[in-house]
Amino acid sequence: MSTENTTGQALDARLRVDRPAFTLDLALTAAPGEVVALLGPNGAGKSTALRALAGLLPLTGGHLRLDGRLLEAPEQRVHTPAEERPVGVVFQDYLLFPHLSALDNVAFGPRCQGHPKRAARAEAATWLERMGLADHAAVRPGRLSGGQAQRVALARALAVRPRLLLLDEPLAALDARTRLDVRAQLRRHLAEFEAVAVLVTHDPLDAMVLADRLVVIEHGIEVQSGSPAEVARRPRTDYIARLVGLNLYQGRAEGTQVTLPDGTVLATTEELDGPAFVAFPPSAVTLYRERPQSSARNLWKAEVTGLDLHGDRVRADLSGDLPMAVDLTPAAVAELELAPGVAVWASVKATQTHAYPA
Amino acid sequence: MSDRTTGSDDDRAADRPTDRAADRPTDRAADRPTDGAAGPTRVLPRRRPRPRAHRVPVTLLLPALLGLAFLILPLVGLLIRAPWSGLSEQLTSTAVWDALRLSLISATAATAVSLVLGVPLAWLLARTELPGRRVIRALVTLPLVLPPVVGGVALLLVLGRRGIVGSWLDSAFGITLPFTTTGVVIAETFVAMPFLVISVEGALRAADPRFEEAAATLGASRLTAFRRVTLPMIAPGIAAGAVLAWARALGEFGATITFAGNFPGRTQTMPLAVYLAMESDPQAAIALSLVLLVVSVAMLVGLRDRWLSTP
Repeated sequence: MSTENTTGQALDARLRVDRPAFTLDLALTAAPGEVVALLGPNGAGKSTALRALAGLLPLTGGHLRLDGRLLEAPEQRVHTPAEERPVGVVFQDYLLFPHLSALDNVAFGPRCQGHPKRAARAEAATWLERMGLADHAAVRPGRLSGGQAQRVALARALAVRPRLLLLDEPLAALDARTRLDVRAQLRRHLAEFEAVAVLVTHDPLDAMVLADRLVVIEHGIEVQSGSPAEVARRPRTDYIARLVGLNLYQGRAEGTQVTLPDGTVLATTEELDGPAFVAFPPSAVTLYRERPQSSARNLWKAEVTGLDLHGDRVRADLSGDLPMAVDLTPAAVAELELAPGVAVWASVKATQTHAYPA
Repeated sequence: MSDRTTGSDDDRAADRPTDRAADRPTDRAADRPTDGAAGPTRVLPRRRPRPRAHRVPVTLLLPALLGLAFLILPLVGLLIRAPWSGLSEQLTSTAVWDALRLSLISATAATAVSLVLGVPLAWLLARTELPGRRVIRALVTLPLVLPPVVGGVALLLVLGRRGIVGSWLDSAFGITLPFTTTGVVIAETFVAMPFLVISVEGALRAADPRFEEAAATLGASRLTAFRRVTLPMIAPGIAAGAVLAWARALGEFGATITFAGNFPGRTQTMPLAVYLAMESDPQAAIALSLVLLVVSVAMLVGLRDRWLSTP
């Protein structure tokens, strides 16, 4: 058994968990101070990965190394139980102990680490103060607001001075307004945190605001990873494309043309060869009732299948040679007399598309 | 979300400052419902619409009233026939106080033993993947349905002087259990502990085990998590189980008389004294029964919040 850090990463893991109907197989590395977001749909294996990192779920394969120390490796029969890992967890619904005050919740970790009661409480008080909750130290969790409870949970997790901080859907339990505030605060605290933070979320905005790097999981495996900007610009699966609001197609590129499997051709401006993705935003599409007298190469006949109001825009779903989502102003919808079932022509300028290798 | 890439998030961003000012999280504490653990605030169940009066079918009403009378009348009879005039005399006899003291002490001791052994047993049943857990649970609950006399006989066979364990205890340590006060406690524990185990196991199953996981991630061993997180959270369930067990132990008759016998001052508890007095001095039996009734009612009053309030 080697305890040497072979990768130069603070977190170096390959998480394999076999379940009867599900397998998680995920390689995960992170440098000190890095915030990694695991992003994926429900049931993708995000929480399983988090529980495995925390030691609440045994790995069936792979390894987990933190700061060069091997914490788990089933093949070498190494398993460090959760209570002995330098890991802090912020649970989705916080799981603050209801019978303890905010202060004693935060002091719980230091107490378990063997600090005397007085020292543990003093440290907890410092953490609460840092979170702006000094006034709420004596309050039981049941009397805290969602945002306050979230901060107590964060303080409690940080108070054990973890080398790996795990956050499970840290903002999911909050209402929309509190969320903005808490997200900004959480971002600040994560930026100050010097060790590795891994956060699990299905909300792409949380992931992009909070994380330095996204790892997108679907069906237990990584489908894409990279900086938030990179993932948003070059989605590689329909799931991410939907999340970041892009129409995405996969086909074969030849020069500035991408041919989809069904023969539809998309004109782009980027020279590529071989398997490729093409993406364009719903707002880049122009709709016509009659075939336009233009020379646009990206022109398809389509049918409106649905209309939905999103904020001040209308999202139209089109079926046809190239199924796509289109964003329009309500005025345009009225002018074009759009309704489900109406036949339209859709065009996209080649300059508005983005092609990249698959 | 799509805003980010379609490049039109400026309109939304403009709304944010107002959103933020409108509702600081601190203001929301007041309208958050406090859950049970947070304090004594209890949400009263909203009154259901009253069922229409005069529509209760006689076929249901009659047996219901009969049942009610059946439960109440014996107690009323006890009160009516109580020798009120000579009561003080009856109750000041040392025999009564000996029996009452023995009953209270042995029932309390049996409850204590049940707590010490039963809570861990309940934890084992509720929180571990013990092989054969279902069988074990069935065995634990068996004394609930077993006639207590059978329990007494069984205890005698195991812990009696010639019993499987008892003979060894006798020869190795000179310890004799049957027909002693310790024997009373053992008999009562045997009958009462299942009540506690069932009650605590139910409380444990209702308590979210993820709190124990949270404790583990904070560095708590399983024992620490149990002691500092689980135990306080299931305290009401433990209290309820302890009271049930105590009441059961207080009323124990069959197993006690079989295993511990009926020696005044040593193994003669109140129920035994009542039974014995019925043969010789019925007035005394009534007086003793009244005492037990008072103890029971006192306990019921103490627990009214728990069992007398409709869910």
